[in-house]
Amino acid sequence: MRANARAVIGFSVVAAALLAVGMGQSWSVSLAVFNLCLISAVMALGVNIQWGYAGLFNVGTMAFAALGGLAAVLVSQPPVHDAMAAGGAGLLAAVAMTCLAAGSVWLACRLLPRGRPRALGIAAAAVAGYFAVAAFFDPAVEAIEAVDPSTSGYLGGLGLPIMLSWAAGGLLAAGAAWAIGRVALGLRADYFAIATLGISEIVIAVLKNEDWLARGVKNVTGLDRPVPYEIDLQQAGWFLELVRVLNSDALAGLAEAEYAAALRELTVEASGIFVKLCYAGLFLAVLLIVLALSERALRSPWGRMMRAVRDNETAAEALGKDVYRRHMQVFVLGSAVVGVAGAMLVTLDGQFTPNSYNPLRFTFLIWVMVIVGGSGNNLGAVLGGFIVWLSWIEAEPLALWAVDALTAAMAEGDPIRVRLVEAAAHVRPILMGTILLLVMRFSPRGVIPETVGR
Amino acid sequence: MDIDIVNAAVLLANFVVVPAIAYGSQLALGALGITLVYGILRFANFSHGDLMAFGTMAAILGTWQLQAWGIGLGLLPTALLALPVGIAAAVAAALAADRTVFRFYRVRRSAPMVLSIASVGVMFVLNGVVRVIVGPDDRSFSDGARYLINAREFKSVTGLSEGLSVRTSQVLTLALAVAAVAALFWFLQRTRAGKAMRAYSDNEDLALLSGVEPDRVVLLTWAIAASLAAIAGTLYGLDKSFQPFTYLQLLLPMFAAAIVGGIGQPMGAIAGGFLVAFSEIALTYPYKKFLRYVLPEDMQPDGLVQLLSTDYKLSVSFAILVVVLLWRPTGLFRGRVL
Repeated sequence: MRANARAVIGFSVVAAALLAVGMGQSWSVSLAVFNLCLISAVMALGVNIQWGYAGLFNVGTMAFAALGGLAAVLVSQPPVHDAMAAGGAGLLAAVAMTCLAAGSVWLACRLLPRGRPRALGIAAAAVAGYFAVAAFFDPAVEAIEAVDPSTSGYLGGLGLPIMLSWAAGGLLAAGAAWAIGRVALGLRADYFAIATLGISEIVIAVLKNEDWLARGVKNVTGLDRPVPYEIDLQQAGWFLELVRVLNSDALAGLAEAEYAAALRELTVEASGIFVKLCYAGLFLAVLLIVLALSERALRSPWGRMMRAVRDNETAAEALGKDVYRRHMQVFVLGSAVVGVAGAMLVTLDGQFTPNSYNPLRFTFLIWVMVIVGGSGNNLGAVLGGFIVWLSWIEAEPLALWAVDALTAAMAEGDPIRVRLVEAAAHVRPILMGTILLLVMRFSPRGVIPETVGR
Repeated sequence: MDIDIVNAAVLLANFVVVPAIAYGSQLALGALGITLVYGILRFANFSHGDLMAFGTMAAILGTWQLQAWGIGLGLLPTALLALPVGIAAAVAAALAADRTVFRFYRVRRSAPMVLSIASVGVMFVLNGVVRVIVGPDDRSFSDGARYLINAREFKSVTGLSEGLSVRTSQVLTLALAVAAVAALFWFLQRTRAGKAMRAYSDNEDLALLSGVEPDRVVLLTWAIAASLAAIAGTLYGLDKSFQPFTYLQLLLPMFAAAIVGGIGQPMGAIAGGFLVAFSEIALTYPYKKFLRYVLPEDMQPDGLVQLLSTDYKLSVSFAILVVVLLWRPTGLFRGRVL
């Protein structure tokens, strides 16, 4: 089957599934799933840039998604001036000390003779640097976290519109990827995988514990929104009019009291759907932009070079391609895309919760999306994002439904039934693993295989 | 002064040495499994943590059944009796995974990366199975005497102001780990099958030419790795508590231990396990009280003197990993570079 036909069929199936969810559960649920599908698709595009284009086995996607989320907080939250006054200077001094310490370590590295003097010099510089940084950092952090700890206790953000954070999230993730790449890209492929897995855990640990940055596990809630609030919509005249016109059939012929109640209910429902549609529009725009750019890049000479690096590193190197720098490029670009998606996710949730990041959901699941969709094919990654997120999110209700159907004959409190209902919640990973393994085995190039233009 | 030094030593033993020995043994057993699979089957097995969880789960179910029957070991935890169940379950799971997933790629000599990604799939499935069977919550299954040496008794016997407590599970961990490692080394060094495994790890083609049966080597590798995983997981569960997700988090320190020691080097995996465990615990222990005993009155520290917050435990293993990889890519024990 041609790739185009597969794409058409695949996206039709996804659309049908979303419609089925809309009719079976509710349109609100269907749209919520659709929004997360869009975000997942962007993340999958990011991983596809790394794995599909250049064969980079990065298992640290979670870190970049979380950094994107952090950017959403740092850009959109209002600044906490008291905290800035209490600890800003100390933090700046700590940063200066860090630079100083790094500088002296670097100097020790450069100036001292090889062997024991150099090792001792570096160790001494590092230890002294540690204490010097701690001397400024610890009191500053304490002062910042003491400012109104129940509501703020952190530095706050820039107070800018949250849409800006999508770009900022990409930049932050790209910067982090550059720094991580400097350390990890020299490693062999499988060590690189383990190293990125480790780094992503560390990034999450930092976000959980550095309360001065984004309140750590105390979470930042009530983030700014790029779309109107439901409650405002319900009071807006134009929106009420819109609901009235759209539902004129259902509302026709109702008595006054009933009419008001019915209109109220319809308005509440419509406002939720309207907000989700707004998000969907924004996310879809981002997805299309990223997709267009990725597609453009993949079809360019640069994309061809990347495939050469992926398929045979040694041959590419022999032809004068700088493999390390090409890897760095895709690592940074792909991570930036994941960062954008991470910021979008936090925007949609309206809160930043470091505890919610776990590698199964934010790293390995994204990998499943890329592999299932078809690594190396951008459209495939997008489709993979849709399919995998849909099955991930709908596995639980479907399993519950199946359990209900199976145990319909049993009594309500039957222990076996209770046990099965509990278990139904955990079939997700089993389903995901099975899908991944089946696709790898029977359709290793994914649902929409890579197409290589000659 | 002298008594202060003893007190300081006891303090350190209680909070650093004893826990690190127990944790190190658990990591070492896990890392041995990883290093064997890495060295012989030649891929990074991401499902090892969940294989551990699976074996532990079976051991827990066995323990509960034994407890329900009223069978116990007195002072020792009942889980010891149920350990064979855990081992059998883990071996069965590993062999089933190999038969259904890994063999396919091995036969067609796929890239190690492909096998690693397949192991992610296996990880998902095992993770889900464990959660379906026992649920995601904390499960406690330790029984018997909790302490072998009680802090209070220790204080009253020795007259020191610092207590030393040694949990039964910690001693058990060390004893079982030593036994398992001794058995493993005897097997690898002395038996025909063990030698065949080492030969296969060293040079696959040469081993095949010399008449080593690849299927048997693979089977043995999985059986040993899974047994060690089940033992390590059960001991970890006894020592701390069982929660399916913690085993996923053990993956990183175990990989660090295996790589730091040198891939394919059993001795290295053990050394790596202890190195990681000791660094993790020593770097996150607050030394305030220790220094109070050792330093003179006027040099007392104000802070906790904790080098790293406890929450950064994971980063320690990673830092060790990176330093070793940059400084000596083959690991401390000159392992293979695949």
